[in-house]
Amino acid sequence: MLGSALAALALGLTTACGTSGPGADSDKAGVEVWMVEDASVNEVVQSAIDTYSKNAGIDGELVTYVNDAYKQRIQVALGSPESPDVFFNWGGGNLAQYVKANQVVDLTEAMEANPEFRDAFLPSVLDVAKIDGSYYGVPMQGVLPVVLFYNKKVFKEVGVEPPTTYSELLDLVDTFKKEGITPIVLPGAQAWTELMWLEYLTDRIGGAEVFQAIAEGKEGAWKDPAIIKALEMCQDLVERGAFGDNFSSLTSDNGSASTVLASGKGAMYLMGTWEISNQQEHNPDFLADGNLGFIAFPALEDGKGDPAAIVGNPSNYFSVNSDSDNVDEAIDFLVETMASDAYVEDLIEIGHVPAVAGIEDKLAETEHSEFTTFTYQLVSEAPSFTQSWDQAIPPAAAETMLTNLQLVFLGDMTPEEFAEAMEATQ
Amino acid sequence: MTSATTRVQRPGALWAAPALIFFGIFGLAPIAIVAGLSFTTWDGLGNPEWAGLHNWRTLPSDKLVGSGLMITLTLTVLTWATQTPLALAFGAWAAGPQRIRAVVSTIFFLPLLLSTAAIALIWQALLDPTFGLPAQWSELTGLSANVLGDPDLALWAIVFVLLWQFLPFHMLLYQAAAKQIPASLYEAAEIDGASPLQRFWRITVPQLRHTIIASSVLMIVGSMTYFETVLLLTGGGPGTATRILPLHMYLKGFSAFEMGYASAIAVLLVAVGTGLSLLVVRVSGYSQMTSEREGV
Repeated sequence: MLGSALAALALGLTTACGTSGPGADSDKAGVEVWMVEDASVNEVVQSAIDTYSKNAGIDGELVTYVNDAYKQRIQVALGSPESPDVFFNWGGGNLAQYVKANQVVDLTEAMEANPEFRDAFLPSVLDVAKIDGSYYGVPMQGVLPVVLFYNKKVFKEVGVEPPTTYSELLDLVDTFKKEGITPIVLPGAQAWTELMWLEYLTDRIGGAEVFQAIAEGKEGAWKDPAIIKALEMCQDLVERGAFGDNFSSLTSDNGSASTVLASGKGAMYLMGTWEISNQQEHNPDFLADGNLGFIAFPALEDGKGDPAAIVGNPSNYFSVNSDSDNVDEAIDFLVETMASDAYVEDLIEIGHVPAVAGIEDKLAETEHSEFTTFTYQLVSEAPSFTQSWDQAIPPAAAETMLTNLQLVFLGDMTPEEFAEAMEATQ
Repeated sequence: MTSATTRVQRPGALWAAPALIFFGIFGLAPIAIVAGLSFTTWDGLGNPEWAGLHNWRTLPSDKLVGSGLMITLTLTVLTWATQTPLALAFGAWAAGPQRIRAVVSTIFFLPLLLSTAAIALIWQALLDPTFGLPAQWSELTGLSANVLGDPDLALWAIVFVLLWQFLPFHMLLYQAAAKQIPASLYEAAEIDGASPLQRFWRITVPQLRHTIIASSVLMIVGSMTYFETVLLLTGGGPGTATRILPLHMYLKGFSAFEMGYASAIAVLLVAVGTGLSLLVVRVSGYSQMTSEREGV
């Protein structure tokens, strides 16, 4: 009960207990960085912070939270004395709300003072952190499109090829079902995994403009026939048994879904490219044996959308909190580190594809070169890169969308009711 | 005599001050702040903006408030109906003098030592449809392994986890109370030829009357705070099947970042919780409890 007031109170109290932000235990300036928990990326960022701290003579600290907890934590913390100096965000609509609340430092000046830093990034990815013509964020990890993963071993045993078109995908669903294998792993306990299906199907049916209209808040955008059709196709997949009988209790947070794919109980898995980190953590042998396959989302035969278009997270971004006592150090940390060879190479080493131009050669030399080269080509050849919907629209609308989408997948809500409910949030 | 009357002249208000200040800061002030916030719109960033009655007008049309209230009450009734008989039976059994009963009870009390979050996460892993218990029993019996993802089963799964978590506590209450029942009552009944079952129904249960009421009050009022278990186990899902009112408030506040609206729900929750505990106290005669030792 009384959650919000208590949260505010708790923040107030911890401040009263005598901390004055990061690095309070010494006289040195401190840069506290907050980000989402991700074992491999955390390690890269940690090492970058350590190196920078040592050279610059400051106190750097990395604080991590699991995905859902992070979003709550940062929203409440920004504007309070317990806020970090540098914070992780999703760019786009997510970053825009912080900018609107005057919580983010405009990085345009720093970018112009260091043109070689600005030009190091892929413009399409950097621009997601551009709000009203100014830069507010720096890409801090690889591009994260959503791709269709599959278990190569299972495909080989059943004697089938990965799908290139949607009708091939449907055939595969029937084939795997007969074999007693869950055709598509879907951790439906978390609605954002179901959202990926809606995002891709909408894009394939009606093109990237359909969601563009929603993001711009156009009237009637949610009632676009492409949305209705995509939701119907999602329900059709559920009815076909594409996701198995238990998808609604499957979760991705504890590595369950990743292990279903790796163990061969499931054949395909639509997920962001960060899945490679999950597999590295939970099923390193599966990854090392080269059994993790990956392809672009299949083309839809009669769809208007470009089959090369992608959805996902263009990247995640580091932004500087305008309440920070160490704005200069924080900006300097980003400029010195985020496009540096060491940082880019560390990211490549853990299977990421940094949003940095001209890294084809470096990618080719790596352990996961097949995967990183695939991702790099996918992103550089994509005519559009639609940001995950739940990050691109305001949080209140996103909450309604995710709840209702789960109802659609359970068959408790019709596509029309979904569109109606979403239209009311515009 | 005079010294006795002067001793009564204590600075009452001053002595009560620490408790009152504490209650004011942690009890009353948050309620007042939340009540104020319920008339604003605030997304957690910047300052709250006055919104008048907007949030309160939205409340009746939000289907999830009505269903959340229903699910909360259903959960209250189910947890009470499952925990009370079992806690009473186990508590009375554990009160017996045999050594083995003490050993078994000690093992049984272990969940009391675990935090709610740990319990919820343990059960989430145990109920995993692919690698948990449901996968095993599904293979053996053909029953569905989709426990936490089935709108009908998910609430029962929560009831079960709450039972596992809170049964030991209520059992402890009954055990302690049952030990207080004078042995002479049982000896007299035994001489009169009462069977063990008759002794339980005719002596133990009536003697535990006040404990039953106290334990029920704790359960009913406590059921308003089952929030963490639900959040971690199902997140209110599948869909909205287990979205109890406290969770709805939390999601509106910390996921949708509609703090003003969430505060309106919070005020509603305070009203429901207060009403419920007043009702229980009134109906049970909790306030007029007298000695349990009648007839000895």
